[in-house]
Amino acid sequence: MGKQLIQTHQFSNGLTLVMESMQNVQSAAFSLMVPGGSIYDQANRHGTASILSDLITRGAGPYDSQQLSSALDNLGVQRHEGTSSAHITFSGATLADNLTETFKIYSEILKAPHLPENQFDASRAGAEQALLSVEDDPRQKAMVELKRRSFPAPWGLPSDGELASLPSITIQDVKRHYETCFHPNEMIIGVAGKIDFDEVQQLVEETFGSWKSRDISEEPAMVFDDEKVFFTKQETTQTHLGIAYDAVPYGHPDYYTSWAAVGILSGGMSSRLFTEVREKRGLCYTVSASLTGMPGLGRVLCYAGTTSERAQETLDVTIQELLRLGEGIEESELERCKARAKSSLIMSQESTSSRASSIARDWFYLKRVTTLDQINDEIQQLTTARVLDYVHEYPARNFTILTIGPQPLEVPSDIS
Amino acid sequence: MIFHNTQLDNGLQIIAELNPHAHSVAIGYFVRTGARDEVMPVSGVSHFLEHMAFKGNEKYTADDVNRIFDEIGANYNASTSEEITLYYGSFLPEYIGTAMELLSTLIYPSLRQDDFDMEKKVILEEIGMYDDLHSFTAYEKVMQAHFQGHPLGQSILGSVQSITDLTSEQMRAYHAKQYMAGNITLAIAGNADWDQVLELAHQFCDAWPAGSTDRPTDEAQPAPSTQTIIEKPIQQQHIMQLGPAPAAKDPLRLAAELLSVIIGDDSNSRMFWTLVDPGLAESAELGFNEYDGSGTWLTYLCSDPELIQSNLELIQQIYNEVNSNGITQEELDRAKNKIASRLVLRSERPMGRLSSLGGNWVYRQEYVSVEDDLKLLNSVTLESIQELLEKYPLGHSTTAAVGPMAAVAD
Repeated sequence: MGKQLIQTHQFSNGLTLVMESMQNVQSAAFSLMVPGGSIYDQANRHGTASILSDLITRGAGPYDSQQLSSALDNLGVQRHEGTSSAHITFSGATLADNLTETFKIYSEILKAPHLPENQFDASRAGAEQALLSVEDDPRQKAMVELKRRSFPAPWGLPSDGELASLPSITIQDVKRHYETCFHPNEMIIGVAGKIDFDEVQQLVEETFGSWKSRDISEEPAMVFDDEKVFFTKQETTQTHLGIAYDAVPYGHPDYYTSWAAVGILSGGMSSRLFTEVREKRGLCYTVSASLTGMPGLGRVLCYAGTTSERAQETLDVTIQELLRLGEGIEESELERCKARAKSSLIMSQESTSSRASSIARDWFYLKRVTTLDQINDEIQQLTTARVLDYVHEYPARNFTILTIGPQPLEVPSDIS
Repeated sequence: MIFHNTQLDNGLQIIAELNPHAHSVAIGYFVRTGARDEVMPVSGVSHFLEHMAFKGNEKYTADDVNRIFDEIGANYNASTSEEITLYYGSFLPEYIGTAMELLSTLIYPSLRQDDFDMEKKVILEEIGMYDDLHSFTAYEKVMQAHFQGHPLGQSILGSVQSITDLTSEQMRAYHAKQYMAGNITLAIAGNADWDQVLELAHQFCDAWPAGSTDRPTDEAQPAPSTQTIIEKPIQQQHIMQLGPAPAAKDPLRLAAELLSVIIGDDSNSRMFWTLVDPGLAESAELGFNEYDGSGTWLTYLCSDPELIQSNLELIQQIYNEVNSNGITQEELDRAKNKIASRLVLRSERPMGRLSSLGGNWVYRQEYVSVEDDLKLLNSVTLESIQELLEKYPLGHSTTAAVGPMAAVAD
């Protein structure tokens, strides 16, 4: 992969800087992960974190809302704010020379947001429109609902909130969420690009070093769903299927084995699901499986969209392929996974945004950064026997199955 | 960055922007064919053919094509628009030979009957998938109505009926007519050796049939209309509107790109502050699309049906204001910074460079480096924006509405 220069520093207030120097680029990208995601929403106030992630950029420090956007646009910052289960994340990329000025603005956003009361209704209305859009997009809705059903609450709950909760959320809830969650203690700053570690360390010290640490918010207890099969009637052209089952989480010693097992199912166009469901039978345009997780829990989430008359066959064939993985894996299938891994790891070095978010996420899950060489080594050492052992230890069973469409499907009782 | 270009005897154009420091190389065959080149009743054939390319030829089966691409860890795919069918991939530099051979295979597939029959099912599924995406339905309808009687109005996917009726013979005839080497540009970005590229191109492309197909590029003269599609019970209303804008060869196209960012970007634009920031709309955007001979302003609005009418009025007010008074220097400078940064960041990856490299060549037969692009961007002035607005004022002549509303005032 070539030598990677990754350095970290934990500041006295608890904030961690994780940085990768990349010399063949002009840009720098960052990912600021604040431990204030949707799992910290109060019961019946789902959407508070999401509204906060919007309201927080509507003025901060010396800037009003428009001045803030304009200042970042003038610095050429391509930015995004988003809510995940665990974090509110501020990410961006710009020319490396503009990083100092950019961080000064983000320190105002994080430390001195106005959270203007007169814009709260607009922010909440925006959140509502976004949720209505998901209601109208059955594919997106299927995956949001599958995550809800296959992970324990509040981790599985939609990070963007819930329509039913929005009316009861107040500006006070949003301010309380900010007060409780926005602290440097467990915040992670990932930076990647044409930058020097000492300079960035000094920059973070200047911008975030004086931010006082606070008590850490406790993670809420997990609630598991007993139900396993769900159907939502909707007048759609296709029936949208979601299938989930257990896998190991990121950081588990078998994580990369698990990644390879899912890769054999759904990595590339020669993978099993693509070949069996789409190429040989023409049942779908889209069929896929991916590995997703939260700290301590992993799941494989599958999706297929198919016209309603063929939906039952699609469900049956997809499940059959998931089960068939335990019957044997060909050497060549694993080799292709290894080739795809090597190539995507090398190519990830062409994207500062991808590296910044990867190293920050690594720190959250592992409290260390895995180098691309280490990941590649782990994957290249896998054998078909080991992947098969993994599949036997964590077989595709105990499915959560969800369908959205005109009619329910039959889920065989012996597999769910 | 080093630029090279040449042409094979059969007319295939080859362009390359090479960077020895890149980790990967991206290759694309830009075929100058798409929905606008389809003569009825073969609506959707360009896109269907793009799918069939992955079914291989006498040497490689469909399984081979997918397997070998995956064996070299390539990111590869294809796309079809109104005007270009693009086959592309990015991979590690050592695999250039394999990748070039496979991508070249895609362009001249065998079109076997059993593959054709199976893939027809997948295409029908794809049409079904897009049918559940309401913004896409609105786009198809507005394009159809705006370019009524003009080739640009032809659907990319085709309809369930046209795809069901399509035969492999019709596809063969279309392929023979459109896939001549003179209609194709091979573009390469990233870490490759020019001599090796040439050698591979000779090896895999010399035998392609010479010649090219002409395409009428008259500017469309849209007749105003409003289409309303009452959809299955959905929550939001989707509106797409089209109005005339500069074509791909018009020097005003850069000004149009900047103006669309100033007025209708998804953040910090006039439409954002008026409609999205106050929570009145989920999306309110202005885009600029350029084609051979024609161009469009594309307005997209998605919001609560009850707010549609007042939102449309707000958009009209913004357009009226801009058409009368133009924009400010500050807005122009900010948009330049925004676009410049997008350009530079995208160009850091070979795959990110490929589309502008190929697009510039196919539409304008010119090479524009990132530095040239930045210079061109900086040359746009308030005067050029004014000239643009006089020729192509913001607005629409065609509207398509998809959602629960029975009627939407134009």
